[in-house]
Amino acid sequence: MHTKEKNYQEQAKKIRGYVLKMVYQGQSAHAGSNLSAVDIIAVLYKNILNIDPKNPEWEDRDRFIMSKGHGAAVVYAALALKGFFPMSWLDTYYQDDGKLAGHVTKLNVPGIELSTGSLGHGLPFACGVALAGKRDKKKYRTFVIVSDGEMDEGSNWEAFLFAPYHKLDNLIVILDYNKIQSLAPVKDTLDLEPVADKLKAFGWTVKEIDGHNHTEIESALTPIPVKKGKPLFVIAHTIKGKGVSFMENTVAWHYKNMDEKLLEQAFNELNIKKEDFGL
Amino acid sequence: MRNAFIKTLTEVAEKNKNIFFITGDLGYSVIEDFQAQFPNQFLNAGVAEQNMTGIAAGLASTGKTVFTYSIGNFPTLRCLEQIRSDVCYHNHNVKIVAVGGGFHYGALASTHHPTEDLAILRSLPNMTVIAPNDPIEASLATKAVIKKRGPCYLRLSMSKRIHQTPPDFKIGKAITVREGNDISMITTGGMLEPAIEAAEFLSKENINVEVISMHTIKPIDKETILKTAQKTNAVVTIEEHTILGGLGGAVAEILMENMSKRIIFQRIGVNDTFAKKIGSRDFLRKEYGLTPETIVERVKSLLSNK
Repeated sequence: MHTKEKNYQEQAKKIRGYVLKMVYQGQSAHAGSNLSAVDIIAVLYKNILNIDPKNPEWEDRDRFIMSKGHGAAVVYAALALKGFFPMSWLDTYYQDDGKLAGHVTKLNVPGIELSTGSLGHGLPFACGVALAGKRDKKKYRTFVIVSDGEMDEGSNWEAFLFAPYHKLDNLIVILDYNKIQSLAPVKDTLDLEPVADKLKAFGWTVKEIDGHNHTEIESALTPIPVKKGKPLFVIAHTIKGKGVSFMENTVAWHYKNMDEKLLEQAFNELNIKKEDFGL
Repeated sequence: MRNAFIKTLTEVAEKNKNIFFITGDLGYSVIEDFQAQFPNQFLNAGVAEQNMTGIAAGLASTGKTVFTYSIGNFPTLRCLEQIRSDVCYHNHNVKIVAVGGGFHYGALASTHHPTEDLAILRSLPNMTVIAPNDPIEASLATKAVIKKRGPCYLRLSMSKRIHQTPPDFKIGKAITVREGNDISMITTGGMLEPAIEAAEFLSKENINVEVISMHTIKPIDKETILKTAQKTNAVVTIEEHTILGGLGGAVAEILMENMSKRIIFQRIGVNDTFAKKIGSRDFLRKEYGLTPETIVERVKSLLSNK
């Protein structure tokens, strides 16, 4: 196996382990939503984002905004592994007086650009950051992950209209398309299809990838801009609960919690040891 | 007031390149000069207030002082959650400007009447709420919100010029425009003008009114409220806004929590209703009891119980 791919796989495994630990210890919801985004986050934080954990407010940094704020554990795990804050903070996720909230929350957490949780806020904010980059002739890029359920929000479509018109080719949106939203599959709620055609018609460059294939993720995000003057929309086909058989492709694991036995099973399936994660 | 606002903003934007102005596709014949002079500091976000406010927060996160501008309820209620979460929660340096406070857009009817905005915006943590009483205050308020870091709401309305010389304007510090001993009128958002007219009329009947411009609703000027209430023992609040939770609510909170003696108090404003009749601002003000004449009536009947 290629070393780079091996590194990505190792990173993704670690993130999955910490995500499971956090949602188990916090008995929090959204295990499935976190696991579907792990591989995208692993690639972003390993090789794509130009950021500095020692200087999180560096003004020329790339910005990453997790608009699907319920995918918080996966972001915290990646930030901790990158060195933005001590690994021990992960133990405080969802806990009373903890450092890390159940939604992506900036309160004194280095590396978080925007507190999210209410859907449809990340992309308009990102348009503002990207526009500032253009007006101020900065080189940074702005990356956003949106969920498929979140695509229902009208505010996103205001932004989809805005970004190509203003030629924000420094803006990249990744759709974590796991096909399941809160209560039911996307196609049985408010079908997004044909989503690629819709975004193309709005003026975006659209790429479609396997959201768990690290090589595909990396090549979709390199180099930026893909096409001068156009923002990029990456449709990442993912599996909700990816890596844990009983969570995969289920509606229930948007909300369900694991008991000790299921946690054991999840770690076994991922071929990782609980002890390595301080459990 | 909107002309005073944009004139002041244009003056400041010349020197301060961090100023950024976003309109939600409104401001015909008002914003063109700004746009022409400072294209790099200007954006028309289109008729999309949620996106506009998110963009404003994003721009502010890079260090800019961002103004969002529209009329009526569009820059406030339409995108209230963006204001709450993206602006206030993050304490981003965004200034929200609404034109047409109260019944300004009279015959355009209730969709275009901001009559609950002060109450709603006042409840948001980190938010400063200012409703100037005349064009001079609007200009001074514009300068003041630029100096103050963090979210501000500037609610502009229409009034003739009241202050002949520029008053000492500080956010959170009321301006006593006229002194009196019999009753205090606390006004906001362009209601200073009818209040002064009412006070002048009442003075002929030997009722001496203290008239106060409470341009800042939040933080409210507790000291001035208590001082004037101690002095006159009778307070009315006057606002072109619902009597629930705006200026009247804010003043009532201060009085209830701090006054040991009983005083007469009444809120003059829109009595928990939408405009149910069609007409100009003057017509609607008359209909909903916000003219100098109706204020005089209310004050006289109130003082007869003193």
